[in-house]
Amino acid sequence: MDKTEIGKLLKQLVEVDGPSGVEAPVAAVVQALAKDLAQEARVDALGSVILRKPGAEKPGGRIMLAAHMDEIGLIVTKVEGGFLHVGQVGDAVARGLPGQEVTVYPTGPGAEKYPHGLTGYIGGRPPHMLTNDERKKVTPLGDLRVDLGLASAEMVRVGDRAVVRGPYTELLGGRVATKALDNRASVTAMLGALGYLAGMKHDWDVFAVATVQEEVGLFGALTSAFGVAPDIAIAIDVTFGATPGLSETLTVAMDKGPAIGWGPNLHPGIVKRLREAGDALEIPYVNEPIPGGSGTDGWAIQVTREGIPTGLTSIPVRYMHSPVEMVALADIDRTARLLATFISRLDATVLAKLPEEV
Amino acid sequence: MADLRATLEKLSNEFGPSGHEKAVRALIKTEIEGLVDRVEVDALGNLIAFKAGAGPEPRLKLMVSAHMDEIGFMVLQIEKSGLVRFGRVGGLDGRMLLSKRVVVGDDKTPGIIGLKPHHLTADDEDERVPDLNDLAIDLGAEDDKAAGGKVKVGDYGTFATRFTVLSEDPAWPTVRGKAFDDRAGCTALIGLLAERYPVDLYAVFTVQEEVGLRGARVAGYRVAPDAAIALEGTVCDDTPKAPDEDVSPVTRLGAGPAVTLMDRSMVSHPGMVRLMQDAAAAEGIAIQYKQPALGGTDSGAIHLTRAGVPAVTVAVPCRYIHSPASILNLNDLADTVKLVAAALKRVDGSYLMREA
Repeated sequence: MDKTEIGKLLKQLVEVDGPSGVEAPVAAVVQALAKDLAQEARVDALGSVILRKPGAEKPGGRIMLAAHMDEIGLIVTKVEGGFLHVGQVGDAVARGLPGQEVTVYPTGPGAEKYPHGLTGYIGGRPPHMLTNDERKKVTPLGDLRVDLGLASAEMVRVGDRAVVRGPYTELLGGRVATKALDNRASVTAMLGALGYLAGMKHDWDVFAVATVQEEVGLFGALTSAFGVAPDIAIAIDVTFGATPGLSETLTVAMDKGPAIGWGPNLHPGIVKRLREAGDALEIPYVNEPIPGGSGTDGWAIQVTREGIPTGLTSIPVRYMHSPVEMVALADIDRTARLLATFISRLDATVLAKLPEEV
Repeated sequence: MADLRATLEKLSNEFGPSGHEKAVRALIKTEIEGLVDRVEVDALGNLIAFKAGAGPEPRLKLMVSAHMDEIGFMVLQIEKSGLVRFGRVGGLDGRMLLSKRVVVGDDKTPGIIGLKPHHLTADDEDERVPDLNDLAIDLGAEDDKAAGGKVKVGDYGTFATRFTVLSEDPAWPTVRGKAFDDRAGCTALIGLLAERYPVDLYAVFTVQEEVGLRGARVAGYRVAPDAAIALEGTVCDDTPKAPDEDVSPVTRLGAGPAVTLMDRSMVSHPGMVRLMQDAAAAEGIAIQYKQPALGGTDSGAIHLTRAGVPAVTVAVPCRYIHSPASILNLNDLADTVKLVAAALKRVDGSYLMREA
């Protein structure tokens, strides 16, 4: 595993579409990419992919890594000729939708002719027709239409899903813009960590879980954490990278390493060990204070069964929840190395110490 | 039709905001070589092609034009942070700029126009289209030095949209791409050059339409035609509206070439309108009329050239012009070529007169 491989993994993971609730195509890619990285793979009742990489100690501790593989999207609410009305899956923001290309996945009569989906475009009333006031107002989602360019669209049914296109675009400075960095960047880091662990000794069993339905309520994390029943868990997600026009207080610097979360959601003993792993590696990381809910899978995992000591590493992503989310590839690689090192340092004494560190 | 689609695809994907039409001009020049008798480039960059008439002398001199330029933006400043501030070239629609991929400069360096995350914006900010001044192109560069290596002040940019076929249905063949306003017109004009007409034909590919019909004005002066036809990609507003909403669609996709009766730049010459009506009737081509009083075209500049020129505009309806992509129906494009070809065969002095 190295930085170039991280880029290749990421590209394959963002190119597949999987809005919350229909993650199966992503699950297939995750399993294919993990073939040589894990010894076992299974899919649970909600669709989360659970990979297992056994540790050297029998029996050793159990650590769960969780990175959600679903993404925000759109759902068809009405078909009107060749135009579709749509609603949100997760937090698809109306402001950024006009002028976007989308892929619609039809399931109606004749849908089998479109295995790669239909191409649609979200336009708007021509500016020539609008008053100055209207030109400054964001069109609400309910008034936007996906134009398929077709005379009629009997192959599309109400409930069919669509995803805004955001191809993998390499920018300057080792940065990449694409859709679905939230949270395929973290799925990439999780698989990358398994790759790095292949060359390291680790005592604990690693359960790497690509979870479903995070964007609609952390549902995949809830059930998969129950199923895995780990001793400790790390959620891997993205956080707000430094963004033009936003205060530094609200964001995390880009390309300065992963953010290690701190707050009520996160176990101090886990946080301490994540920081120690970063220090041991001499990779940069950022401390991210989170005073309440972290809004990540970690929030659900922490209160699973009798409670699970949980940590959180976040990859800074600029322009979150847009098709031009931006990341520094180096931050994904650093997250992968941090996680691998953290895991390799887990020994038989950790579980006894954690209760004293909370 | 396959030819028209292939030509439109090439032209749509090419880079040419107003004032920087060079690449489009080079492409068109290659496309029309062998189809015309003479090609010139004037002081502003208009491409003027001449194709002598086959009819007896004296022959009428017709100018048929289409503009090569497209809306886009220009780099105004590179900030210390590496962010690129930009200004509009032509009528860029502010509502359409958020979360877009763009290319900047002749090297087409990729960049994005980002949007603050929804989680961290105030409610009223979420409902407002931001000012251009509050937007920037992000190249990924960590500072101005890194950005400056690839992009400089004054560079032009466009959306990174690529041409796509939406429907292959021969009754409803639709495509999507950027700059159909007016690469659709350029495509039709190239298509017209396949034939020789009784009249002397000046096929003029103009510059700088989107910033004020600048190229057409000087080209009109130079050519000094007896009559002029501008070919356009025009506004189409035919998305389904609420039943009680009284909105005319301007034009409708698939309803044929749109003839302009009046817009903000001119009142069409009645004889030239009649020429289109007669040609359409003779050829059995359905035409439609663009809703009056919207927009302006090169005809607006050409009809005021010298002592005045009878002029009309014929346009291919395009949904979502002035956004990152438009959708058009190739049947409308093919019929535009057929209609104007028929008009060029039919036109005589009687159409250029005003009734007393």
